[in-house]
Amino acid sequence: MRYDRRLTAPLLITFILIAAHWSYGVLRGYEAIALAVLSAIATEFSLRRILTGQRPQLASAYISGISVAILVRSPVLWPYALGGVLSIMSKYVLQMKGRHLWNPSNFGICALLFLAPFAVAPLSVQWGNDLWPMLVIWVVGLITIWRAKRAHITLAYVVSFFLFAFVRSLITDSSYVTEVAPITGPMYQLFALFMITDPKTTVSSTWGAVTVACLVAFVEMLLRLAEVIYAPFYALFLVGPVALLIEMWWITRVKARQPDAGQPTPSPRIRAR
Amino acid sequence: MHSRPNATAEGAAAPPRRLLRVLAALVFLTLLAMPLAVRHFSSASQAADAGLSVAAAIERHGFALREVSAAAGIRFSHEPPVLDPKLEPIMPAVAAYGAAVSVMDFDRDGWQDLYVTNSAVGGHNALYRNRRDGTFEDVAARLGVANVNQRATGVSMGAVWGDYDNDGYEDLFLYRWGRPELFHNDGGRGLTRVTERAHLPAWINANTAVWFDYDRDGWLDVFVGCFYPADLDLWNLAHTRMMPESFEYAQNGGRNYLFRNRGDGTFEEVGEAAGLTSRRWTLAAATADVDRDGDPDLFVANDFGVNELYLNEGGRRFREIGRAANVARTPKSGMNASFGDVFNGGEWALYVSNISEPGVLIHGNDLWVPTHRPGEDPSYRNLAGATGVELAGFAFGAQFGDLNNDGWLDLFVTNGFFSGETRESYWYDYSMVAGSHRNIIADARNWPAMRGRSLSGHQEDRVWLNDGAGRFHDVTRAVRVVNAYDGRAVAFADLWNRGALDAVVAHQRGPLLIYENTVTPQHGWIAFALKGTRSNRSAIGAEIRLYWAGMEQVQQIEGGNGFAAQNQRRVHFGLGPASRVDSVVIRWPSDIVQTIPTPRINTLHDITEPE
Repeated sequence: MRYDRRLTAPLLITFILIAAHWSYGVLRGYEAIALAVLSAIATEFSLRRILTGQRPQLASAYISGISVAILVRSPVLWPYALGGVLSIMSKYVLQMKGRHLWNPSNFGICALLFLAPFAVAPLSVQWGNDLWPMLVIWVVGLITIWRAKRAHITLAYVVSFFLFAFVRSLITDSSYVTEVAPITGPMYQLFALFMITDPKTTVSSTWGAVTVACLVAFVEMLLRLAEVIYAPFYALFLVGPVALLIEMWWITRVKARQPDAGQPTPSPRIRAR
Repeated sequence: MHSRPNATAEGAAAPPRRLLRVLAALVFLTLLAMPLAVRHFSSASQAADAGLSVAAAIERHGFALREVSAAAGIRFSHEPPVLDPKLEPIMPAVAAYGAAVSVMDFDRDGWQDLYVTNSAVGGHNALYRNRRDGTFEDVAARLGVANVNQRATGVSMGAVWGDYDNDGYEDLFLYRWGRPELFHNDGGRGLTRVTERAHLPAWINANTAVWFDYDRDGWLDVFVGCFYPADLDLWNLAHTRMMPESFEYAQNGGRNYLFRNRGDGTFEEVGEAAGLTSRRWTLAAATADVDRDGDPDLFVANDFGVNELYLNEGGRRFREIGRAANVARTPKSGMNASFGDVFNGGEWALYVSNISEPGVLIHGNDLWVPTHRPGEDPSYRNLAGATGVELAGFAFGAQFGDLNNDGWLDLFVTNGFFSGETRESYWYDYSMVAGSHRNIIADARNWPAMRGRSLSGHQEDRVWLNDGAGRFHDVTRAVRVVNAYDGRAVAFADLWNRGALDAVVAHQRGPLLIYENTVTPQHGWIAFALKGTRSNRSAIGAEIRLYWAGMEQVQQIEGGNGFAAQNQRRVHFGLGPASRVDSVVIRWPSDIVQTIPTPRINTLHDITEPE
């Protein structure tokens, strides 16, 4: 029996979640995570079957649901269900040429934060503020995405964040340490390791993905200068789909110029998916 | 055998799929609109209640409040401390405490008086003596408890009254960021400082204190909870690493103290020996016999971390069971502790206030309702969301009390951390460091300057009415509680002996407000003032169970609760339309149980513990 590498991300995020909740009680409660995960899976199961007739991508739905459960804090339960459903529905409703434009959990979280700020907040706990949990998650996470050939995206984003933090410190008069501070929290670990590296919602070429990651960090800087608390989520929300649309337009243009373009020839990375 | 769908079948299926996609899009849009609809309907129902006249409010809710501080001759405004200049950029966030109110009939004339604190060096505390004509006079200077905020000895954070020497007059324990002080009540004519004789420590940074007789020897002991470590002189910092090391897991706060009363005017500090060893950032505490074994247990509300529930083991030690009891699994920002029998089940529910800032940080307040039976270790379930008392704001002091005398305990919650000169929010800056690594968050230098910006400022208080069916309803505006000061302490007292609970609210950098309560005459009441003989003279810890109209409600004599507050010493029950009370059962701290059959209603009963 062969190990399916697509299970790595769900397993890792589950491990992080269990460890974080066991150590620091980061979850609102098990009912919240169950609701988010089950609503995401149920939505994926039904919409995939109904709208495409294909087999549901349950691992993907699981990640979306669990991401909503971790990254959203709410004293009531309905946002967890709504976040899970909206995340998955965005995959099927907000499409262009059969490809969804937003990272599902990014869409679900942004929708909740934008539309229901009276009921939800982003993850605020720090998992103890200890160095070791932070290092373990960064190291294990980086190894995992390295094996998945996505580490360049995370590294590009992190390097950009540090550079733009310096720019922000010059503009805002805050210390550099203050501007760097957010990336030492767990919200950023999850964001940089799992959300911006989603293969389905990033451009396919290596340098293209690096550029998009830098752009996300740049837009985040602009949003931070406007004191937007959810800056990273909103930055990805804004940059991600635009990058995908540009890539689609570019591929179409290139194909149109190829005189012998009979069958579409996806890039090796797209083929690998 | 399965057949693969061919092209024709795909083509036939295509139109329904397009239709299904359209339907999915409509459902998607509907779901996106759902939060907006939830918000719209929620605010619409509150707005409809806001324009009520006094008569309409009394008609609809059974009571209305009227702010009367000026008419009562009270013009007190709290001033915050000004600390080390190194903290200047974030001074409002550090010097955010100190407005307190404690109610006591210190001269035993049968009318409730008020002691309120100031926190600026040189600022005066006030002791408002009730003149029985609707007005108060400040007698603090004459009695020696006004000029107590000095650089050398610290500034006030709160005070609680308790008769530590059982002489019949309530003495005053003043806790400060500085030296705690004990003032002996000299027959209501003066308050004499007896700190040295009592053996209190030279300097602690305390934010709460509660009188209780934990070992039930008949002498009141006092628990003192601290925020900053004791070795920190906030006016002269050696370094700036004095902030919490974590927003939710900090254990670098001050230790807590338990001063055992030796009965001879002296106290011995037994906190660590009794098991109070944590270093969390304590802001509030309250006591109640949660396991119903006869001795008072202790709940400690901590900012920047989980709370603590200490079971009293026979007056010898305390055993911390917060996590096991389910009240300390999720770290929040505990800033209040109030016990109350909200469901008339004869059991202690516990209300803890936390931060709820929409879109930024939603801890939600907790209403811990017991799920254990007598004799079992306590366990609780949080019903704040289900009962409607979860989201208040940046919540501080809260009190249970039957505001409309309908027989069910209502809830008054104060809100607001810092209202700056502008309504620009400091939350963005706060969020940058609050989620970061401990080396960053613990150093005040890394905190962005506030520059007059607000941090959950300009928030209204909440008055929640208990409908007796498991829900609380927000009637704040309907009963005319309208202010946007930064609330800290709230205390209830029947200030004018009318059979109604009035509310006194102390605000940080703001005025002391007195809300006179007008209650529908259709609801009755009954009140009890207790005098201990074998128990401590204040009767703190006595439980009073009232049986009427097929219901039971328990209240207790408290030695301080809420946030930096103390209610009136007597207990007040609303009775609704009932015309009689079946019985009252008092369990004194000495374990003596006293039953009073059919006490007269609409009356204050003075009860002395049987010898």
